[in-house]
Amino acid sequence: MANSYYDPSDLRKFGNITEWSEELGTKFFDYYNKVFEEGALSAREKSLIALAVSHVVKCPYCIDAYTKDGLQRGITKEEMMEAVHAGAAIESGATLVHGVQMMNKYNKLSM
Amino acid sequence: MATKSLKARHLELADHNRQLEILNGGLFEEGELPYFKDKIAEIGEFPLKPRNLEILQINVGYMCNQVCEHCHVDAGPDRKEIMTRETMELCLEVIRNTGAHTLDLTGGAPEMNPDFRWFVEEASKAGIKDFIVRSNLTIIRANKKYHDLPQFFKKHNIHVVSSMPHYTKGKTDKQRGDGVFDKSIKALQELNAVGYGMPDSPLRLDLVYNPSGAFLPSDQAAMERDFKKALKEDFDISFHNLFAITNLPISRFLDYLIASENYDDYMISLVDAYNPSAVQNVMCTNTISVSWDGWLYDCDFNQMLDLKVASKVQHIREYNEDILQNRNIIISQHCYGCTAGAGSSCQGVVT
Ligand code: SF4
Ligand code: SF4
Repeated sequence: MANSYYDPSDLRKFGNITEWSEELGTKFFDYYNKVFEEGALSAREKSLIALAVSHVVKCPYCIDAYTKDGLQRGITKEEMMEAVHAGAAIESGATLVHGVQMMNKYNKLSM
Repeated sequence: MATKSLKARHLELADHNRQLEILNGGLFEEGELPYFKDKIAEIGEFPLKPRNLEILQINVGYMCNQVCEHCHVDAGPDRKEIMTRETMELCLEVIRNTGAHTLDLTGGAPEMNPDFRWFVEEASKAGIKDFIVRSNLTIIRANKKYHDLPQFFKKHNIHVVSSMPHYTKGKTDKQRGDGVFDKSIKALQELNAVGYGMPDSPLRLDLVYNPSGAFLPSDQAAMERDFKKALKEDFDISFHNLFAITNLPISRFLDYLIASENYDDYMISLVDAYNPSAVQNVMCTNTISVSWDGWLYDCDFNQMLDLKVASKVQHIREYNEDILQNRNIIISQHCYGCTAGAGSSCQGVVT
């Protein structure tokens, strides 16, 4: 992995970001950890949301982390793949819905 | 999925010395990760000492009708090590005189020992408070001669602790073999039918969950909720508690970790998850484990690594609780498995 932008072992060093800005880093991790606690949504549901979002934002670290997290929680591969599809559907829908803007613009500019 | 033990396949990791060599080398030898010994020394727990003896765990043999991928015993149909009635007699003598309140019979599939029923009958007369049999469930359905096990367990008020890797067929069969899920479900229904596992029933039925792969178990209470809901809704099955157990990096699980190139990451996860507050309650602090041939160990894992108790009393024949209580517990890198996260023991989390 020496010649790659992404190194899987960097994931374990995520916590080190506080070293260069302790206050903001700590605030971020406090917030982050709070978000994933059991709440109105279960930690299990949040893990699936995180997995879907990881794909949408295309973060390989998050994909690894939340695949493992899902396994740890007993989430099945079928559930995980459905979550990824939910993310993908929103993402492609978000692209396509802009097609309306294109159509509007096209129509406005056309005689 | 392999159908034979590492031993029958003459694989390198069937040798406990090789396992210890791997565990103590690599990441640890190079100093990337700290030795367990040094970690517990930091909190004043080295040498680790026994506290109260509460559990006598007896392994009545390595024979099993399954060959699960993660098995730390390397059990299987080809394993012939079986406790003799003579050794059982020695165990009974100890059971009658011991301070332990829990008797925990394990294997392999303990029911496959030909003297299993005789032993249970004799041992149950000894007045032990909690008499556990670790049943893999499928044995109940494996052969006609085992079909009446639920009634037999009930007659002796046995506390049944059964392994169930997941409430879905795919995950369970992958870890434990094709058909295991369906047979386990049937066996659980039969245990329920005689009264086991019902909410107010004194007939205790607990399940053991362990991860089907190179990851740690997550929150035991949440897993128990998920298991209860799924097994009730899908199969009308009830049980009491779910024990979440971490897979220790020994024997077949170690072999799997190495073959799947997960060993380093797994050890790193264990060390990262090291929880000092679990150390006080690791299993070996209140347990003695007896092997099929009567040797004494700090736990079932040390038994598989052939790390006999560090005491002048090493065999059930010369059992002496006072002398044993003075020993130092033998620890190595596999012990990180018992202290990761919420900790792990035969009874699930320890914190
Ligand atoms: S894990 Fe249990 S059921 Fe599976 S092979 Fe080992 S002893 Fe048998
Ligand atoms: S592996 Fe055995 S000796 Fe090590 S901490 Fe766990 S119970 Fe104790």
